[in-house]
Amino acid sequence: MKKSITLAEMGELFVAFFKIGLFTFGGGLAMLPLIEKEIIEKRNWSTKEEILDIYALSQSVPGVIAVNTATFFGNRRGGFWGAIAATTGVILPSLLVIMTIASLFVQIQGSDIILRIFNGIRAAVAGLVASAALRVVLQTAISRTAIILGLIAFALNVFTDIHAVWLIVGGAACGFILNYVLKTSGK
Amino acid sequence: MLPLIQYEIEKYGWLTVQEFVDIVAIAEMTPGPIAINAATFVGFRNAGVIGSIVATLGVSLPSFIIIVALSKFWEKYKDHPVMVAIFSGIRPVMAGLIASAAIFIAKAALFSEPLLANSGLAIDFRSILIAIGVFVAVWRYKVDPIKTILVSAAVGFFVFMG
Repeated sequence: MKKSITLAEMGELFVAFFKIGLFTFGGGLAMLPLIEKEIIEKRNWSTKEEILDIYALSQSVPGVIAVNTATFFGNRRGGFWGAIAATTGVILPSLLVIMTIASLFVQIQGSDIILRIFNGIRAAVAGLVASAALRVVLQTAISRTAIILGLIAFALNVFTDIHAVWLIVGGAACGFILNYVLKTSGK
Repeated sequence: MLPLIQYEIEKYGWLTVQEFVDIVAIAEMTPGPIAINAATFVGFRNAGVIGSIVATLGVSLPSFIIIVALSKFWEKYKDHPVMVAIFSGIRPVMAGLIASAAIFIAKAALFSEPLLANSGLAIDFRSILIAIGVFVAVWRYKVDPIKTILVSAAVGFFVFMG
């Protein structure tokens, strides 16, 4: 982790996460395609494996997933001030847009134009998330154990009400036992 | 998160139930994470611009503090064999979770139109075509997701008419 950060680097972090915040429609997962583009492909700040780890941690602790993820990346790039820049970037679009809507008393729910635009955006987000999910699945399906673990988590999440945190904890326990306890005791 | 917001808001009498439902709808339809949008909105309704800022800082600060502390720990130990083993188990679980969330999002976006009053539960071919177009654009041609969102917004404006 870099301890010192220049003003230019802070600006770059802010811009990246401002764009991510401005084009995230929905919950934390809708950020993933944008993070892949802005953070990995354009700026090479992280790797696809690391993104998954940071995502898992962001989902496992209390708080807003989007803020957790931004703070994590910002902190990694430039310590405390990096975290401030990235977090401010990701929340500022919300502040500006919502304050504008609320102060102008724009009735967006009843507006036919907004609904039509939103329907288009929602379909796009479905396509974007599907693409990101497929990439993540192909990238993690590296062994038979990984495929089985992934399928179990998928099935439990679709068919039961078990909270995602417990599935992550379960995966951590399986990884620890299979790739540490069994391997070190076998030697 | 939404049940928590509802509980706190009702406790302080900040909003009526109908206002809460409206705010959730607006938070989903506007850019930005839903939780942040909702906090900003409730803050604004009760205390204007300052209220917005205070509410948004309030909802972000716990995340910020926890993550700054946690990431120090993570940086220090992430290459330790125990951590490497743990994350080898977490990654496929995340893939499973992300895949199921993707299906959930696709189902909501493509197979019903609760927002447009004219139809009930039905397959919407316009949405499906947009989603497939976006998928191909980013998967095959590496188009910037932001561009696909802007184009789909414009396409949606025209194809969902009437």
